[in-house]
Amino acid sequence: VSEEHAASAPFGRRLLTVTGIDKLGAYRVLRACHVAGTGGGAVDGWAPRPGQFAMLAAVERWGGGEGERPYLPRAFSVARLSDGESHFLLEDVGPGTRRLCELRAGDGLWALGPLGHGFEPPSAGRRALLVGGGVGIAPLAILQDTLASDSPTVEVSVLLGFRDRERAAGAALLDGASVATDDGSVGYHGLVTDMLAAEIERDPHATVYACGPAGMLEGIRALCAHSHIPAQLALEAGMACGFGACFGCVVARRGGGYLRVCVDGPVIDSAELERVDQHAGAAA
Amino acid sequence: VSVEFCGLQLAHPIINGSGTFDAIAARRVFGERLLEDFPFAAYVSKTITLEPRAGNPPPRLWETPAGLINSIGLPNKGLDGYMREDLPQLAELTSGASGRSAIPLITNVMGATAEEFSRLVAACDARAEIAAIELNVSCPNVKTGLDIGADPGQLQEVLRTVRELTGKPLIVKLTPNTADVSACGLAAEQGGADAVSLINTLRATALAPLGRSAGTGSDGTSTQRDRWLGGGTGGLSGPAIRAVALAQVAAVATRVSIPIVGMGGVQSAAHAQDLLDVGATLVAVGTESFRDPAAGARIARGLA
Repeated sequence: VSEEHAASAPFGRRLLTVTGIDKLGAYRVLRACHVAGTGGGAVDGWAPRPGQFAMLAAVERWGGGEGERPYLPRAFSVARLSDGESHFLLEDVGPGTRRLCELRAGDGLWALGPLGHGFEPPSAGRRALLVGGGVGIAPLAILQDTLASDSPTVEVSVLLGFRDRERAAGAALLDGASVATDDGSVGYHGLVTDMLAAEIERDPHATVYACGPAGMLEGIRALCAHSHIPAQLALEAGMACGFGACFGCVVARRGGGYLRVCVDGPVIDSAELERVDQHAGAAA
Repeated sequence: VSVEFCGLQLAHPIINGSGTFDAIAARRVFGERLLEDFPFAAYVSKTITLEPRAGNPPPRLWETPAGLINSIGLPNKGLDGYMREDLPQLAELTSGASGRSAIPLITNVMGATAEEFSRLVAACDARAEIAAIELNVSCPNVKTGLDIGADPGQLQEVLRTVRELTGKPLIVKLTPNTADVSACGLAAEQGGADAVSLINTLRATALAPLGRSAGTGSDGTSTQRDRWLGGGTGGLSGPAIRAVALAQVAAVATRVSIPIVGMGGVQSAAHAQDLLDVGATLVAVGTESFRDPAAGARIARGLA
């Protein structure tokens, strides 16, 4: 990945203002922009590419929640850029996400980013198969937007898996998604990887873009390796800093050693991995 | 607020804690803007060992009330890899090029024995880019199981051995995991150290949340519930340890006459001032940089 793609974040976190928070089934879409009065609402120098992420923390009451947490910022993929706003997809799974879900328009939000290496466009002639699970669908939305604007000739298919009906409402974040649910309440009753296997069977000339729980990503990795299909996996890992300082967010690399999800990823070519570690996925 | 430390002139008293700021990775992420507003008046490398280390298996982090347990395991390229690949890059980004003032480079090394420390210190002594050497003495003695730095006698012996090998300032990073940290500080001074730095992280652990399996203890012990950290135990840092750091820095300051680098949970200029007021000459920022990479610069400005 080029250096031009790497050096994109200003040094230091910056203050954003929450412009709104929208319910989307079990999820929330947090919208934020630069503090009013500078840059016309758009965040100065903020041009995240699909798959990049930011470290977010509420300015007020970040700490003192359940178990006297949160303390560290939390990593979120940028889900969408729209009208000068950045969108982040949240699911309340702990003290950090709970506090962010409580934010209201006008509240302050610290953001460091955009960080990490994002998705690369498919090589010539390949179609794009976007495969997401749970809250991990977030970076696929901005990827779909960007493919539509920058690579209009690329055929895009979207396959999303969720646990239940309330979560499946998240599929509205993307256009034209085929949905699978674990409980069969919406769409195909089963795993999104079953749908992916059928798609690959139909036309294997594709690049797979995936983000979701670790088990799903490992299934996709194995399927794509077996079918010799390139797969770009957006990983998640517990992370303290987001910029390569803490060495906490590692995943095992094929052939030995570790990759830092924050600076070597979060999007990692599946060929770099022997398997997807159980700690390297998004909340289901 | 410029300050003299072991013969080095620093623009302000804020530096980084070893292993809390990878300047090479940060430059890739933030580009030249990192150099324009470099947050530290001196830069301390992560710990370098003789042989390369991959580090501990994940998970490596656990958030605590107002703190963080890390069990990273000192991943590094080894002495040769550091000297060949990292040091030239660090020297370039801390050099005084294009109008910036030079940032002294402190290399942190850890050995398991006095002999290993000797090889590491001798190698650092030979490199002009390195302004000072910090000794990480938190490695367990294979025979006693105690950290080398937790035993004043053993610590003094290591210092006596390496002191002869370099005229560069030697800083001893004291471990807080000992009965009497000020006795260890005194032993470092008597062994020939030019400064001490403290506190290192407090030994800590966390269990996997109920219903979730995770890493197992590196000591192989089997318990009803798994340890969360792949390395079994780790080190606690952040605001949770700030009061402990203040007490230990104050205690060491009453026993030694060499300068002290104080650290532990510093998030603001007021916290840094507390450590300066009990006797520290410099203050290191660590975990706060994870929350805000520019924290060091913010704290230094607050002291001015």
